[in-house]
Amino acid sequence: MTEDKLNPKTPYQDLTIGGNIYTAGNAKEFKTGDWRSQKPIWIPEKCKQCGLCWPVCPDDAIPVTKDKKRTDFNYDACKGCMVCAKVCPFKAIEKEV
Amino acid sequence: MGIRERLSGNEAVATAMKQINPDVVAAFPITPSTEIPQYFSTFVSNGQVDTNFVAVESEHSAMSACIGSESAGARTMTATSANGLSLMWEMIYIASSLRLPIVMSLVNRAVSGPLNIHNDHSDAMGARDSGWIQLFSENNQEAYDNTIMANRIAEHKDVLLPLMVCQDGFITSHSIENIELIEDDKVKEFVGKYTPEHYLLDSENPMAVGPLDLQAYLFEHKAQQAIAMKNAKKVILEVAEEFEKMTGRKYGLFEEYKLEDAEYVIVCMNSTAGTAKAAADELRANGVKAGVLKVRVFRPFPGEEIAKALSKAKAVAVLDKADSLNGQGGALYEDVVSGMYNEKLTIPTINYVYGIGGRDTTVNDIKSVYSDLEKLESKPENPYRYLGLRGDK
Amino acid sequence: MDNLIEIRWHGRGGQGAKTASLLLADAAFNTGKYIQGFPEYGPERMGAPITAYNRISNTPITIHSNIYEPDYVVVVDDTLLESVNVAAGLKETGAIVINTTKDNEYLKNVLKDYKGEIYKIDARKISIEALGKYFPNTPMLAAIVKVSKIMTEEEFLNDMIGSFKHKFAKKPEVIDGNMKALQMALEQVEKVN
Repeated sequence: MTEDKLNPKTPYQDLTIGGNIYTAGNAKEFKTGDWRSQKPIWIPEKCKQCGLCWPVCPDDAIPVTKDKKRTDFNYDACKGCMVCAKVCPFKAIEKEV
Repeated sequence: MGIRERLSGNEAVATAMKQINPDVVAAFPITPSTEIPQYFSTFVSNGQVDTNFVAVESEHSAMSACIGSESAGARTMTATSANGLSLMWEMIYIASSLRLPIVMSLVNRAVSGPLNIHNDHSDAMGARDSGWIQLFSENNQEAYDNTIMANRIAEHKDVLLPLMVCQDGFITSHSIENIELIEDDKVKEFVGKYTPEHYLLDSENPMAVGPLDLQAYLFEHKAQQAIAMKNAKKVILEVAEEFEKMTGRKYGLFEEYKLEDAEYVIVCMNSTAGTAKAAADELRANGVKAGVLKVRVFRPFPGEEIAKALSKAKAVAVLDKADSLNGQGGALYEDVVSGMYNEKLTIPTINYVYGIGGRDTTVNDIKSVYSDLEKLESKPENPYRYLGLRGDK
Repeated sequence: MDNLIEIRWHGRGGQGAKTASLLLADAAFNTGKYIQGFPEYGPERMGAPITAYNRISNTPITIHSNIYEPDYVVVVDDTLLESVNVAAGLKETGAIVINTTKDNEYLKNVLKDYKGEIYKIDARKISIEALGKYFPNTPMLAAIVKVSKIMTEEEFLNDMIGSFKHKFAKKPEVIDGNMKALQMALEQVEKVN
């Protein structure tokens, strides 16, 4: 069930019983970034592309290109845990104030 | 024709479970239902069933194991009583909200305290709003028949709700009586193979159960349960019709005993209905038009149908074997009366709380209720009464 | 036999009054009757007074209550005679059957308020002689069948040999002793008044 079918406006007739989830691996269909209480900001000028930040992200919210270069945060998935900022040796990730 | 036998209520239910041969039984012993898992585990040890019997360390674990196995896709049964059901409390709501058609034999007993092991309906009444279908049984035969029908009702795609088959602790669970059993192969064919549409062990179609269900969704999921409960009425009747074709034994949402011309009607459940029938017979021999309405299906509650069946009576007494302790009346009484109100039925109706903690209820006790009904004024004073209580009533 | 016969058993926990009531229900069932056999559960302990009941009928039984006005009473232990009102509610058209060695005068005196028939039997003597052990059940079962005429002695003995063969399939040597106990009891049950 994708988000266009399952959202806070879905009538009860269209919901699965017991809230059962019948499709595997569908978490990426749901924008969970709105839980975020802190927001990391990527500063490309300071980033050396050392590759330490994206493996520690628990939500896979740092997209990486084929040549292993990170791009800007996917804020639809980022929960703002700030682990990426903690591991960055170059202060290239800052907390938004 | 069936097999003529004599069994106790517990033996009858254990026999039905043997014939159903469920995939999993998880249970913890508690008086007066102990014999059911006891006999059943013997069937398991003797190889008479293929069931995986899970011996757990508490009733909470028993219901948890039932939820796990039913979600996995296994037909699952259990048995308990009173405080055992109380310890299952959080899990019985989870079973019904996850829409798992688990079948439980509930051998009714007073929920302590003070400590009492004897029969009343306080355990079943406590679970009346938990989203389980509740069938009540007058005797060993009905406990057996209801158990044979239970899986078909619970597992129906329009229902998918857990179901408890109730019978009176000791009074029927430990009384040996005549019974007509159904042949094993007929039961097997009637109950059929369990083929859930979605289940956890379906490796081709992975699924997840029991998600977080917050403000935006829980209400809708509860409404789905309520609709399934309403759907159950029709399914219960369809299954009963098929059962009647197999056995000749007719079941409805309730039984009407000499109701067609009855002026004075007693509404009750389980074994008391049999005693009430004997009382009605004695009174009819003396010209009193007495009748009995025995509720078989308490959840879903057939309020409209009961009101229609009572529409010709002059006075009605509803007997509750559990006190709601709400200053207003027992659960069965309140449901019957609200059904009557919706049908604009204003027959004088009174409530008796009776039989608490195993207090014996005799034919004479029931006759005293009919005698009260004959004298009942149009607006009864104190409709919330006691039967068989010492002291002022 | 009247349409509905109600029997109340008095014994002490561990003596098998409950089992005897179930055996009687079995025997009556096997001769085509509708039956109920149920004990009254109290605090279960060896030696405490216990009560068990039977209803036996030619038509289905719907009543589910204890029995307060029995047609027959069986007393498995005569020490109960002075502590429990064993004849309470007993119909005077019925009878009471007691396992005892006490004399008739004692029995008539202790039951002086009961106007119906009193029978006695020495179930201990019969059991020891036939079985070598004290199992009052078997003789008391035969005694109540004889007194109540629920079934003929022949029907009863035929049914019991069948049950014993089934029950004692693994120790057939005790079948003869049990049958002997039944026959002795049928012969030795004695009217007191």
